[in-house]
Amino acid sequence: MHALWRLAAVAVAAICGIVSAAGIEDGEKRSGFDFMTPQTQALQADDMSNPGMLWVLQGEQLWQQAQGRADVACSGCHDDARQTMRGVAARYPAFDAATGRPIDLAGRINSCRAERQQAEPLAPESDALLALTAYVTHQSRGMPITPATDARLAPFRDNGRRLFQSRIGQLELSCASCHDDNWGKRLGGSVIPQAHPTGYPLYRLEWQTVGSLQRRLRNCMIGVRAEPFAFGAAELVDLKLHLTERARGLLIETPAVRP
Amino acid sequence: MARALVNVPKVARQGEVVEIKAMIAHPMETGYRSGPNGSNIPRDIIRRFTCTYNGEEVFSADLFPAVSANPFIAFTLVATTSGTIDFTWSDDAGKTQTASADITVN
Amino acid sequence: MHEDPLRVYAGPGVYAGMVGRRQFLRAGMTGLLAISLPRWAVARPSLEEAIRTFTGGANVLDGRVRLDLPPLVENGNAVGVTIVAESPMTEDDHVRRIAVFNEKNPEANVAVFHLGARSGRAMVSTRIRLATSQVVVAVAEMSDGSFWSSRASAIVTLAACIEDLS
Repeated sequence: MHALWRLAAVAVAAICGIVSAAGIEDGEKRSGFDFMTPQTQALQADDMSNPGMLWVLQGEQLWQQAQGRADVACSGCHDDARQTMRGVAARYPAFDAATGRPIDLAGRINSCRAERQQAEPLAPESDALLALTAYVTHQSRGMPITPATDARLAPFRDNGRRLFQSRIGQLELSCASCHDDNWGKRLGGSVIPQAHPTGYPLYRLEWQTVGSLQRRLRNCMIGVRAEPFAFGAAELVDLKLHLTERARGLLIETPAVRP
Repeated sequence: MARALVNVPKVARQGEVVEIKAMIAHPMETGYRSGPNGSNIPRDIIRRFTCTYNGEEVFSADLFPAVSANPFIAFTLVATTSGTIDFTWSDDAGKTQTASADITVN
Repeated sequence: MHEDPLRVYAGPGVYAGMVGRRQFLRAGMTGLLAISLPRWAVARPSLEEAIRTFTGGANVLDGRVRLDLPPLVENGNAVGVTIVAESPMTEDDHVRRIAVFNEKNPEANVAVFHLGARSGRAMVSTRIRLATSQVVVAVAEMSDGSFWSSRASAIVTLAACIEDLS
């Protein structure tokens, strides 16, 4: 197994050396959905067999549940998510005036818990946080990603782009080495997708559960043998800002299924 | 809170064969995996799934660790009379979860 | 590699963290098989033994059962399978049970489905785990006591970027 791994790493390093970072033309933008087998596509397409819908269902239940010392539910302020949350996820991450930084949807849910519900924050990758995030994002399914144009986000988005293009880890690969320069080619048995965050939180067959974009980014960093950023790290939100700009126009699929 | 999705047609003709889909959130932990500290993650799987139609068992399944996490089962039933179709999942930990759906037969 | 009769398990992901192939072979060669391997690696019945346990030794005929399994699998953690048996599904003549077995997972059994005349059709679908490329067999028990089977094999590709590197 390790020999195979090393071989794959050498192969990637070789192809990545030839090409320089160029980015993806607008007309060539494709969701990871397009790179999957018909079987995995079918799994996502049918809500009655898509396991991610179990988290959406849980999120719908949590939305109505009173929480914290304020004893108020999400629906207590935001009413029916099907109306009030429609399109919200399409423009996240947003600028958070309180911290002077961008905040992603899971971060917003936790800040709502702290400030409005006076409840403890939900742990990263906990079923409850994933479920609420999936439920809110699901309300934008089928809508194009339209990142917020707030000028205050610009420096953070620039930092995200810089991180995306920086070579890291023992394999000395950047995100761009694979996902800008070599998408569509194979790495071992898998096709390299363009890395558009269209379906998070999503059900990954490898994880056998739903996970966030932050988990996937950490996953990639581990893959190139780099020390991953901690859950909730500012860098992960900056990366997400760049990724959503890069994916502008693609449709939200939450909950997506990926291999 | 049970996290289960069941799909039963709301209306069917008498004698019609209808497709039923049932899926539940469960890790189906095989007992063959190690945790981060090298210790064994104990087995916890749903062993048995049953489906009753107005109280009478019409389909069941014995599951083993080779069934995927968040088990999904699809099967067929003959729509006989209007009533309730109940689903029960029982796991190693002795936990039983249920879901149900109504069907109108005409 | 796929012909290797000693290859009990050597894929990542599904049962990650278990004894790898090299370790297995090394252990076998030094005669430490029994003490250095987990229980299942030695104890697992073969595919044929598992089927025999299910049928009680009865003859298993080819046909009347169709097993749909994708020939190439992107991730072995969730492989969709559908089994259809030819049967009128009446009180007098129906499928009683449909069982699914695998060749190379730590346990041979996958699932046993109990059907009857009220099923209307003998058709079930589920999602299964395949630790590596292997054969899967479906066996149907008819109400007359006869057993029919179908087999299919799947190639399970290895994921390139997995989270767990152990």
